[in-house]
Amino acid sequence: MLFKTLFAGHERGGLIVMLAIVLMLLWVSIGNLAVPASSSWHVSTYTVTILGKFLTYALLAVSIDLIWGYAGILSLGHGAFFALGGYAMGMYLMREIGDRGQYGNPNLPDFMVFLNWHELPWYWYGFDHFWFAALMVLLVPGILAGLFGWLAFRSKVSGVYFAIITQALTYALMLAFFRNEMGFGGNNGLTDFKDILGFSITENSTRVGLFVASGIALILGYFIAQAIVRSRFGRVLVAIRDAEPRTRACGYPVAQYKLVVFVISAMLAAVAGALYVPQVGIINPGEFSPLSSIEAVAWVATGGRGSLFGPIIGAFAVNYSKTQLTTLAPDLWPFVLGGLFILVTVFLPKGLISLLGRRKKPVEESETMVINKAIKQETSVAADRKTEVL
Amino acid sequence: MLSVPNESEIIGDRVATLAPGQPDVTHGTILYLEDVTLSFDGFKALNKLNLTLDDGELRCIIGPNGAGKSTMMDVITGRRKPDSGQVFFGQNIDLLKHQEHEIARGMVGRKFQRPTVFEALTVAENIELTLLGPRAPWAVLKARSTAAERDRIDEVLTTIGLIQLRHQPAGILSHGQKQWLEIGMLLAQNPRILLVDEPVAGMTGEEVARTAELLVSLAGERTVVVVEHDMAFVRKIARTVTVLHQGSVLAEGSLSSVQSNPKVIEVYLGETPCSH
Ligand SMILES: Nc1ncnc2c1ncn2[C@@H]1O[C@H](COP(=O)(O)OP(=O)(O)OP(=O)(O)O)[C@@H](O)[C@H]1O
Ligand SMILES: [Mg+2]
Repeated sequence: MLFKTLFAGHERGGLIVMLAIVLMLLWVSIGNLAVPASSSWHVSTYTVTILGKFLTYALLAVSIDLIWGYAGILSLGHGAFFALGGYAMGMYLMREIGDRGQYGNPNLPDFMVFLNWHELPWYWYGFDHFWFAALMVLLVPGILAGLFGWLAFRSKVSGVYFAIITQALTYALMLAFFRNEMGFGGNNGLTDFKDILGFSITENSTRVGLFVASGIALILGYFIAQAIVRSRFGRVLVAIRDAEPRTRACGYPVAQYKLVVFVISAMLAAVAGALYVPQVGIINPGEFSPLSSIEAVAWVATGGRGSLFGPIIGAFAVNYSKTQLTTLAPDLWPFVLGGLFILVTVFLPKGLISLLGRRKKPVEESETMVINKAIKQETSVAADRKTEVL
Repeated sequence: MLSVPNESEIIGDRVATLAPGQPDVTHGTILYLEDVTLSFDGFKALNKLNLTLDDGELRCIIGPNGAGKSTMMDVITGRRKPDSGQVFFGQNIDLLKHQEHEIARGMVGRKFQRPTVFEALTVAENIELTLLGPRAPWAVLKARSTAAERDRIDEVLTTIGLIQLRHQPAGILSHGQKQWLEIGMLLAQNPRILLVDEPVAGMTGEEVARTAELLVSLAGERTVVVVEHDMAFVRKIARTVTVLHQGSVLAEGSLSSVQSNPKVIEVYLGETPCSH
């Protein structure tokens, strides 16, 4: 019963967060598009973009919670999948520029002209179609996660070792993408986007459209993740998290389970990255920085691992504090983040969402009493049965 | 060249009438270990071990610490491959040719020394995950629980006496209840042989008595092998007792016969494995 209420609590918490997101989508869209700028109810396009960015961060956090909170796989390199999704979208946006670039070359993005390239590299083919880019947003990170996960899980790499190699993965990608010869714009990355699907990227309505798309992606991602963790597949993941050898002994091919959920999670992260890029207007190798991935894990830990909605709260809370603080004292941010992480681990090991549960303590206590009674009853039944046998 | 039919052909003939994976027990033997040797860096944890189990019997295995009891279970369950020797399930199935997870399904179930249940899942979900059924990720993702499965879960939970606690997370169970749940998880896989390693360590007297009752009730339909140091418990359930020492069988027979065996007494340094 305790478990049921907890679960119901999770269910309720998740629904409340989803509802809050829907309300935010409505309020912000209307506030920006329909309310005149003179009104105090007007929501600035700046706010729309910031919140849209947070929504994509929240989806990244959900993707991390899916593997970390439920399968016990700690990835400190999930930013890599986010960034790859972002690059795939960025490539489409670059192709959309067409001949409107500084050099006016209809066939080549500016940075390639600058590098004196004469032909589009083969891996840029197809990116002038949105559907192709969208497919690549899912496929490239998915395949990379598949290969990487297959190698790691097959050789039973887990825990800290897995975390370290995921850091290495994202670091290696960062170094690779810094190189001009890679053909992804090197240091500067991809930027100066003009429009997306024919809509000008600087237009308010496009901004709101992207913001709403991010919200819908988050809601969908949340429900996909929830469907996974609530299925029997999800219970196997929890079993793997808590007692991996035992799960293997039960006949479950543990490596395959980890692989499947890792690939799904990487794809969710990639979708988040793909929605992030048109809103911030740039993607560069900095997104692969190992620190970004660690930050994303900190959002999950802060919000509450293993609940799916806690990480959404965490992503918003941490990033909101970050935007506030970086305007006041940018140098302090790493220390604040580190301090926050320590405080949460020590005082709120279950994250911010455990604050919500605290209120309900008396209820939980009575639940515990019910359980104890049930156990006592059970034991006395057992005792009765024993006397019968004797 | 002589044309001698090779072994697999003969076996192929004989098992033709059996369902695949079913052991041939026409001679009453369900498990057969011959000259099994396994060494760790030169140290022989198992040394030409021979053991035969009759179908449906309840066998107790005793022996001093480090005798190789747990290692023997590792070999039977496919967790470790021996350096040499043979392990047969029935007369027809060579367990050394099977993977651990294949053996776990319907052949040999093993309860480890330390109880490991899935603490965050409910008692019923613990059984659910161990039921025979699909194991591949996609099949499990699509799986919906059926009435037959729920009945089977209830049946197992009734056998182990935890039916009232089915919706509780396994983490809140007492030590003894976790041990029973683990036995239930094995039963759910419907094994022919149940290997139980030190089931009563840390249990209260009442729990010990219930465990004895449970294991005795399971024998017959299945073959039950119990490794235990608690001699009072062994006396309660024992029919045939095998004494292991330094990786091989030292004595075998009824409890009283092995207890009066001078070799056994010597191994236990005069402190006979019984005191009451
Ligand atoms: N992984 C291992 N590496 C090296 N030696 C091992 C390993 N596992 C077991 N051994 C050794 O093999 C011998 C047999 O161990 P085993 O665990 O089978 O004994 P046991 O009869 O189960 O003892 P206990 O009653 O203490 O459980 C012991 O001497 C042990 O030290
Ligand atoms: Mg042992």
